[in-house]
Amino acid sequence: MDVNSGSVHIVDDVVYDVLPYLEKKESKEEILKALANSYAPAEIEEALEECHELEEAGALFTEDIYENAIDAFKNRPTVVKALCLHIAHDCNLACRYCFAEEGEYHGRRALMSYEVGKKALDFLIANSGSRRNLEVDFFGGEPLMNWQVVKDLVAYGREQEKIHNKNFRFTLTTNGVLLNDEVMEFCNREMANVVLSIDGRKEVHDYMRPFRKGKGSYDLILPKFEKFAESRHQDKYYVRGTFTRHNLDFASDVLHLADLGFKQISVEPVVAQPEEEYALREEDIPAICEEYDRLAKEMIKRHKEGRGFNFFHFMIDLTGGPCVYKRLSGCGSGTEYLAVTPWGDFYPCHQFVGEEQFLMGNVEEGIKTPQIQAEFKNCNVYAKEKCKNCFAKFYCSGGCAANSWNFHKSINDAYDIGCELQRKRIECAIMIKAALAAEEKEN
Amino acid sequence: MKHIQTLNTKSLQNTVKKGGCGECQTSCQSACKTSCTVGNQSCESNK
Repeated sequence: MDVNSGSVHIVDDVVYDVLPYLEKKESKEEILKALANSYAPAEIEEALEECHELEEAGALFTEDIYENAIDAFKNRPTVVKALCLHIAHDCNLACRYCFAEEGEYHGRRALMSYEVGKKALDFLIANSGSRRNLEVDFFGGEPLMNWQVVKDLVAYGREQEKIHNKNFRFTLTTNGVLLNDEVMEFCNREMANVVLSIDGRKEVHDYMRPFRKGKGSYDLILPKFEKFAESRHQDKYYVRGTFTRHNLDFASDVLHLADLGFKQISVEPVVAQPEEEYALREEDIPAICEEYDRLAKEMIKRHKEGRGFNFFHFMIDLTGGPCVYKRLSGCGSGTEYLAVTPWGDFYPCHQFVGEEQFLMGNVEEGIKTPQIQAEFKNCNVYAKEKCKNCFAKFYCSGGCAANSWNFHKSINDAYDIGCELQRKRIECAIMIKAALAAEEKEN
Repeated sequence: MKHIQTLNTKSLQNTVKKGGCGECQTSCQSACKTSCTVGNQSCESNK
């Protein structure tokens, strides 16, 4: 991979062996001599010629032209384009790993009122500049515990988007407990995406996602999720799980969901403080990486058999991916993206909710702490020492600010286990693309 | 090319010239909520 151009090349052995010499800027003669015992001179010369062609085309050994532009980038005008509405700080499950502490976020149980939600949408419209597509995620706790307000806010958004020439993209994240036909029909009409929380195999799911009295939730939610996914034509949804130290064989959970017929799957590593018994530890990394490999190989196999599925963390867009500006700015937390509590307070993102030093303002008064906004705006891959020489920096954009804060009390650091896993996933994603491209070439 | 197959068709460096339109999806709104997954997002202006 050529990091700065984002080019990904599949190379044969001779090119693979030639590249380190070229990187050290050694001469053709030196390279021919060094590899004389391994390859015929004509073969080495061909490889050198092809590498040279790529270099000329700006697809190999490209310079980092972005760091110099970073000051201009930091001064970029930003607008708010997405809100995560904490429609309910309450939950009907008691998931062991919940960063929202069973929906309460270090605070009190509360439901967002229609009035607060309306003001949040007004704030979004007023602060979105010329950006047309506005995203609103109904999140919790469990948003279906405040369903009427969700419906009313969607109706309000649809009315306002016409007036202001905007386009709302609503999404909903749910644990499925209160899901019913009426909710599904409404979501299929109005929600651009739905995220359905399920961890995989029944025993894995039920252990981590029980009701408050301890009974597992798998049997209740699974049939509803299956019906929901089918009603959305297996598109524009994710079944979304979390894996922990208790299921390091998580590829089996992904494949379980695939075997059930789900086509859009996301199963992600838990992020937890090291003292939690379910937290991933550094010593788990090799096993997790092996599991990602196992999953990638199985996905290739299934794709070839015509029963492929999408795995969110292996998705990579090599032909039409995001521009450099997006890759530098990352997730946009604290600038383009804000979380809104049930009582209307703003935080940089859903994971910061309840961390009082990150309180940014509220729906009544707008942003009250521009210094927090500026800190997030300046947070980018070049502000992070750990990212400078990482090949993955333009894929994760420096990683999650909340994870960095949770582990290092700085948003300009990086969560090390997360980085290792991110690099592995990118490797797997590229491996899948390469395998499928090779197959296509053969046919 | 005989020895090299290139998988992508878009150079990141070319995207600098055009500038960012900002219409793309906010990454945490898709599925993740706990990690930063930017590389898999689509460019809205290509659609």
